[in-house]
Amino acid sequence: MTPTDAAITVRDLTKTFGTTRALDGFTLTVPTGQVTGFLGPNGAGKSTTIRILLGLLRATSGSAKVLGMDPWREAVPIHRRLAYVPGDTNLWPNLTGGEAIDVLTRGESGQRHRARRDELIERFELDPTKRARTYSKGNRQKVALVAALSRDVELYIMDEPTSGLDPLMEAIFTDEVARLREAGRTVLLSSHILAEVEKLCDTVTIIRAGRDVETGTLAELRHLTRSTVAASTDADPAPLAALDGVHDLVAEHGRVHFDIDDSALHEVLPRLTAMDATGLTITPPSLEDLFLRHYGDELVPAGPAEGETS
Amino acid sequence: MNTTAPARPAGRGAAAAPTHRRERETASPLAGTGSLVRLYGRLSRRAIIVWSLALLALVPASILAMEEAYPDQQALDARAMLLDNPSAVMMTGPFFATDRYTFWAMVANELMLYVLLAAAIMSVLLSVRHTRTEEETGRLEMTRALATGRLAPSVAAFTIVTIANLAVGAAVAGGALIVGGPVADSLAMGLATALTGLVFAAIAAVTAQVTEHAGSASGMALGLLALAVVVRGIGDVMDRQGSWLSWLSPIAWAQQTRLYVDLRWWPLLVSLGAVAALLVLAGALSRRRDVGAGLRPASAGNARAGADLLRPGGLARRLLTPMILAWGIGLFLFAIAFGSLASSLTDVIDQMPAVEEYAPIVLEDLTGSFSAFVLMMLAIGPLALLVSGVLRLRTEEAEGRLAGVLIAGTSRTGLALAWFLVTFAAVAVMQVLLGLGVGLGVWTATEDTSWIGDMTLAALAYLPAIAMTGALALALLGLSTRTTGLAWLVVVYTALVTFLGDMLRLPDWARALSPLDHVALLPSEDLEVAPLVVMGVAAVVLMVVGLLGLRRRDLLAG
Repeated sequence: MTPTDAAITVRDLTKTFGTTRALDGFTLTVPTGQVTGFLGPNGAGKSTTIRILLGLLRATSGSAKVLGMDPWREAVPIHRRLAYVPGDTNLWPNLTGGEAIDVLTRGESGQRHRARRDELIERFELDPTKRARTYSKGNRQKVALVAALSRDVELYIMDEPTSGLDPLMEAIFTDEVARLREAGRTVLLSSHILAEVEKLCDTVTIIRAGRDVETGTLAELRHLTRSTVAASTDADPAPLAALDGVHDLVAEHGRVHFDIDDSALHEVLPRLTAMDATGLTITPPSLEDLFLRHYGDELVPAGPAEGETS
Repeated sequence: MNTTAPARPAGRGAAAAPTHRRERETASPLAGTGSLVRLYGRLSRRAIIVWSLALLALVPASILAMEEAYPDQQALDARAMLLDNPSAVMMTGPFFATDRYTFWAMVANELMLYVLLAAAIMSVLLSVRHTRTEEETGRLEMTRALATGRLAPSVAAFTIVTIANLAVGAAVAGGALIVGGPVADSLAMGLATALTGLVFAAIAAVTAQVTEHAGSASGMALGLLALAVVVRGIGDVMDRQGSWLSWLSPIAWAQQTRLYVDLRWWPLLVSLGAVAALLVLAGALSRRRDVGAGLRPASAGNARAGADLLRPGGLARRLLTPMILAWGIGLFLFAIAFGSLASSLTDVIDQMPAVEEYAPIVLEDLTGSFSAFVLMMLAIGPLALLVSGVLRLRTEEAEGRLAGVLIAGTSRTGLALAWFLVTFAAVAVMQVLLGLGVGLGVWTATEDTSWIGDMTLAALAYLPAIAMTGALALALLGLSTRTTGLAWLVVVYTALVTFLGDMLRLPDWARALSPLDHVALLPSEDLEVAPLVVMGVAAVVLMVVGLLGLRRRDLLAG
């Protein structure tokens, strides 16, 4: 892949802090002009990766390229071309929000930037004359968002950017990211909020314990898990249970529901039709399910479930 | 719907009743005070122990040092004569032992003000920590959400401060008793210390109501403490036994007990009454505001950063200026006061020729060597401020704010260099002003204008040593964030060598570890250029080491 295709390429990245291995052969590609989701639980290595990409930490081994450059050695030229939103924004208590925004966008100047800054301040309903120490967590986060979004750059790196925002502000944020994508900008969005990732991201990389465990478009990742089917029927559901790809079938009071591999769906639907099924619902797998599969205990394999496991 | 819920046995009360409700309602506004006292005590016990032990050690140590410095009545009489000088009165206390200046009268005179200051500062810090800080951080909200009475947090906070002051008072009294202080007076000194501490704790309780921020609350209370010191000083200058103005200051109430001269207890009743009145005021104010709010709303600031803030080093200037300005003004006043003492010393020193053993003072050139020594002591101020300013970068880094500035497009070295240079420039201006201040002081005492220029120039000689110490802090910061604290060790050691080097009879090599030791005592000694050049070069080298190190290591957070 040539550098023009990918804004960020990370290969076999390793980072150790003393004896702790924060990253252990992590690989990530962020295609130019797309929104890439970066999912993982706390401590999985999301922030460590981002801090390496920002040139704040030095990788122990492996390679990382941001906009075709080495983030450690060419941090300053890279920083001119990217904006960053930290997940937990800490501001100077004595500075006002407006001043903090200007300090965080020091390189920017000109009428256009100022207009954009003021537009964002208004959209996010931030009072820029208040001292940062009086801000709530959500307001501090807004300062970081306004500072980053007001910059006209190629790449936006966001580390759980909506933490502390209320749903209204989250919607504005979602809208702003959608605008960035329309404008052909690249976004790396690390998140806990699956709905946000589902709404915004073209591709998703899931990190766990310092390794990438899954990468693909949402459609690709959905193949990895099962849809849930529910229907009402008076017919005997037993033949359904015998089909390949049908799991955990339960039938009671004329209601049947089961999980199904997406690949088996086209085989099962005609059967349900033949059984005069009514009230049919097919729920596609949510990222919650994907997440559970990777970070909860693995989905319980079909088979005798022992009640003793805790 | 009901089919899923198991039927409740009849007579067990409403279904919505909480399962853990206490048998009796606790409606007292003091409910829960006990457990809060234990919590706050757990949080502050170390601070209380450290303050008490420090006073328990420093009080007898100072008294013993004075015993050695003033061995006979002649020396004491000479010391008493110094109290004719207004600066000396400002820095000590009222003068009661007019007939015969006894040793213990001098102890009360010299020591009491500083013991009171220590207790007051501790009380302000503790009081704000357990009131406004709890509230500002939102912890009070959680506490108040428990079964806690409305007054319980305040009462618990004041209980802890009272315990702390009783401990400190006991330490002061005990410290004086160990070295043979008269019993009743020593106990009175302890009690006066504790009560003065409580007065300022109560003042802090009031300021904590006024503003929303812990920093502003302790700042206001400490400002009032400074005012109290000045008012007491001016009042005692007007009348050496205390004028009407003195009595406006809580410091005077403690000093007016005439410790070790003609002990009287009743002024302490004034302190006690003030504590009660201030607490009532704080309580009244607290009822007029909401949790988390102050009486005075926070002021709005600029919606945009000025050009000054966005210049390289602008952030350092903005963040460090208040601290440097406050210290600069304070030390400048000290410089003038000390300088004006220079000529009064002549009479004192004639009576105690041993002074040469305790300080680098030469009898032949008393005014010159004394002002030079004062200037060297004052230089520790700018030196410590530069170290503190450089180490502020570490705070910025650890809090994750440095990363934001870097990502805005500044290089690490550019940022750190601008930070260092801006701080050094501020500190250098301050150092020159301190020289000017000493010069002005000496001029008022001697009426010889040449001192002003001489002392100002002399101050410049300290800049290489100051720069080198600051650059050392930068080098430590560049090499590892764990060792940066060592820079403070250098500052403390430098202060120790400068203040006590002669008295402790430190060997030359031990003194040489202090950067200030390599600066000639100007203007009484001859200027030695070589060490200054060496330190200047070392400063540059250390700075480069620091900048290179910063480029090489991981940042702490961001």
